Amino acid sequence: MGPQIAPLVATNIYKQFGDNEVLKGVSLEANKGDVISVIGSSGSGKSTFLRCINMLEVPTKGDIQVHGEQVKFKLDRKGQRVPADNRQVERMRSQLAMVFQGFNLWSHMTVLENIIEAPIQVLGISKAEAIERAKEHLHRVGLYERKDYYPAHMSGGQQQRAAIARALAMNPEVMLFDEPTSALDPELVGEVLKVMRELAEEGRTMVVVTHEMAFAKDVSNKVMFLHQGKIEEYGDPKEVFEHPKSERFKQFISSVY
Amino acid sequence: MDALLALIDANKIFNLTTLGHYWEGLLMTVQLVFMSLLIGLVISVPLAIMRTSKNRLINYPVWLFTYVFRGTPLLIQLYMIYYGVTLITGIQESIFWVIFERAYYPCLIAFVLNTAAYTTEIFRGAIEATPKGEIEAAKAYGMNWFKRTTRIVLPSAFRRAIPAYSNEVIFMLHASAIASTVTIIDLTGAARDIYARYYAPFESFLFVAAIYLCITFTIIFIFKKLENRLLAHLQPR
Repeated sequence: MGPQIAPLVATNIYKQFGDNEVLKGVSLEANKGDVISVIGSSGSGKSTFLRCINMLEVPTKGDIQVHGEQVKFKLDRKGQRVPADNRQVERMRSQLAMVFQGFNLWSHMTVLENIIEAPIQVLGISKAEAIERAKEHLHRVGLYERKDYYPAHMSGGQQQRAAIARALAMNPEVMLFDEPTSALDPELVGEVLKVMRELAEEGRTMVVVTHEMAFAKDVSNKVMFLHQGKIEEYGDPKEVFEHPKSERFKQFISSVY
Repeated sequence: MDALLALIDANKIFNLTTLGHYWEGLLMTVQLVFMSLLIGLVISVPLAIMRTSKNRLINYPVWLFTYVFRGTPLLIQLYMIYYGVTLITGIQESIFWVIFERAYYPCLIAFVLNTAAYTTEIFRGAIEATPKGEIEAAKAYGMNWFKRTTRIVLPSAFRRAIPAYSNEVIFMLHASAIASTVTIIDLTGAARDIYARYYAPFESFLFVAAIYLCITFTIIFIFKKLENRLLAHLQPR
């Protein structure tokens, strides 16, 4: 095996909204097959960090590398940091498929159409091939029978599984999950976590912002605890959960359990 | 039944000549309304996109256009264009006079601008109602502005706009009656001719009202079909 290029490296990410500094130098390196859970109380900056990774928010400072390619920035006329090359950002985003808290499926398309849209439009795959692959992913998330349903006609759990199939269809370097179970009714959380667990076991590289402590502890191989925009705790979940170093993390787990 | 046939026999107004006149009026109305709506629709799509732009230089002129044309009566707009163009010096000697010497084209232009203004605002509302998360997902999957607009925002907005747009189509059909004020023989113009000839206002206008009603129901029927097909994703099931 030759030297592996890390699919995702985020270095020293800062993000400021007005006077409010949400992220104060957060770094993350995801190697192939890593499942990294990002946890923390609300307002800790964990979702913002994930959105900085695929540039839905432009980091005020810091660098992002996707499969060895560094995202280029420039300053606009107002002195704001913006991406220098939109095409590069689009290419990079297509390698970082995101699963959202609110599913964000395209409501005017059926499940199948949702899944084949970006592969055809962005990756340039033929429609026939996209459909062929989509069917595989639909079986994978157990939604093949619902392929011609519109999102509004499905339960939240089904919608989120469809969104995961949409992400899988991009054959991404890294999958980003932004609190994928937070908008679901408690009885629907399990079906989504089950699919995510299987993806982790398959060796997919995943960064998961979550409130599901069991997932962070049992499924991921690294845990990052954010507090007020800084990393307070990072490492192997067993180590971190059993021997927490930071007081904040101790407080956090005692409040979650 | 015999009584009805007798009544038809007894009437002096609805003979072949007058029915032919109504028919020509119907063709004119349908043609004028269809062309206005078609051209207005084509213009309104780019205008609506411009109208939702954050850049004031792009969005302000469109705002001004829609406010002027929605804020003044269509009849006045028609007069301004029909009588106004003749005041442009030299136009009667220019090649454009072929277009403007008859009433049809000034009338078409007035209708097009009017319906384009309304349709632009209908689409603007529909575009702005696009769920933010869907646009964000399109970004997150690597779609550029053009793809996001043509694949996600517009298809979704057009569907949402159908119920409001069907009202605009019906409104345009009824508003087209004012074409008769600038010598165009549309349905209303034909009815007025027949009223003048036989001095039978009630019969001639009642007949034409029935035709407008039939066209309106046809439009409603078509849009209902269209909604069932294209708005399935918004309907409960």
